[in-house]
Amino acid sequence: MSADTYPLRRRAVVRALLERRGAALVIAGLGAPAWDVAAAGDGPLDFPLWGAMGGAVPMGLGLALAQPGRRVIVITGDGEMLMGLGALATVAARAPANLAIMVLDNERYGETGMQETHTARGVDLARIAAGAGFPIAGTVRDEAGLAAALDAVLAAPGPVFQAIKLRAETPPRALPPREAVHLKTRFRLALLGRDAVS
Amino acid sequence: MSEGWPDALFDALRGAGVTLVAHVPDVGHARLIARCRADAAVDCVGLTTEEEGIALAAGAWLGGMRAALLMQSSGIGNCVNMLSLATIGRFPLLLLATMRGEWGEANPWQVPMGRIAGDVLRLAGVSVHPVDTPERVAETVAAAATMAFEGETRNAVLIGQRVVGAKAFEREDGR
Repeated sequence: MSADTYPLRRRAVVRALLERRGAALVIAGLGAPAWDVAAAGDGPLDFPLWGAMGGAVPMGLGLALAQPGRRVIVITGDGEMLMGLGALATVAARAPANLAIMVLDNERYGETGMQETHTARGVDLARIAAGAGFPIAGTVRDEAGLAAALDAVLAAPGPVFQAIKLRAETPPRALPPREAVHLKTRFRLALLGRDAVS
Repeated sequence: MSEGWPDALFDALRGAGVTLVAHVPDVGHARLIARCRADAAVDCVGLTTEEEGIALAAGAWLGGMRAALLMQSSGIGNCVNMLSLATIGRFPLLLLATMRGEWGEANPWQVPMGRIAGDVLRLAGVSVHPVDTPERVAETVAAAATMAFEGETRNAVLIGQRVVGAKAFEREDGR
C-alpha cells in the first residue's frame, strides 16, 4: 500500500490530539506539521518552527527538562525527523518521562515537492526509536490503533515515540505567526509569567 | 590557577544560574564535564552532535532554564544552520568551545575548522570572546553569561589551546 491511499488524514489526527492536550506544551517541526498545529488552533503554548530542520526533537528535550511537571509533545514530520535521528539517541539516553514525539509520517518531503523520504523505502522510525531505548515506540496505520496511540502521546510515562502513517496529501496551508521573537515571548509569557519577559 | 581554570569556570556557570549543561565529549572540557556530572543540581546531557545543543538550549529557555553548551572547535561547523534558530528567535546562547587546530596542533585534520571557527560564529551572528590565559577564563564566561541570559544575545567563549594544552600524538614505540 502506498501513502497515497493510507486511511489516516493529518489534519484530523492532529486535531484529535490537540483537542485533548490539556496543559501540554507543543513544539511543531517545520513544514506541514507546523501548519497542522496552526490549523487546529494556534496558541501561545505552541512553538511552530519555520526552519532549524532536525531541531524539533532536541528543542522538545530542552523544554521537557526545564518543565518536568508538564507534558511536552513534539509533533514533526518524517523528513524533519530523519535529519536529526541522533536526537532519538540523545533523548533515550536522558529519558525524560514527560516527553512524547509524534511523527506525522506521510513518507514525503511535503514542502519541496512531495519527494519520497526514506520511510517510503522501508526505514522504520519506531524501530530506530525502540533500538535507541524508548520504552514506548510504535507505528499506527489506521483508525483501530489511533486512540491508544494518542493516549500514549498525551499521558504514558515516556519518553514516548509514536509514528502515524498518514495519507500523502497537501491540505490548505494554515500559517502560524512567523516572527520567532514573538513566538518565544508569547510562550514564555503564557508559561512563566510577566517576570520572565521583563 | 593554571590547572584550576575548569573549576573556576564551573563556579562561573553556577553563579550565572546555569542548570543545564549539554556537551559532546571533549578532552579540553573533561574536568568541567566531571564537575557538572557530580552536581545533582546540574542536568548534564550528552549530545550526538553539537547542533542538537543549539535547539536544546532554545527549548530550555522557553521553559525558563539556562543552558550552556560545551564543545570542541570542530563542533562549531556542525551548528551553522541550527544557529539560525538562536539568531532569528533572539534566544540566549552560551557556547563554550575549547580550541583545536590553532596553536601547537599536531593533527593537521583539526586545522581547517580551527582556523575558521571564530569567523564562522561571527558570520552566524554570534559574539565571540576569545580567551588565551587560564586566569581570564572564568571572568570571560561570567561576562558572556550576562550577555546571553540578561541581554538575550548569542555568545561563544573560545578557550585557546594555550589554556587547554595542545594534544600530543606520539607513536607507541616512542620514535
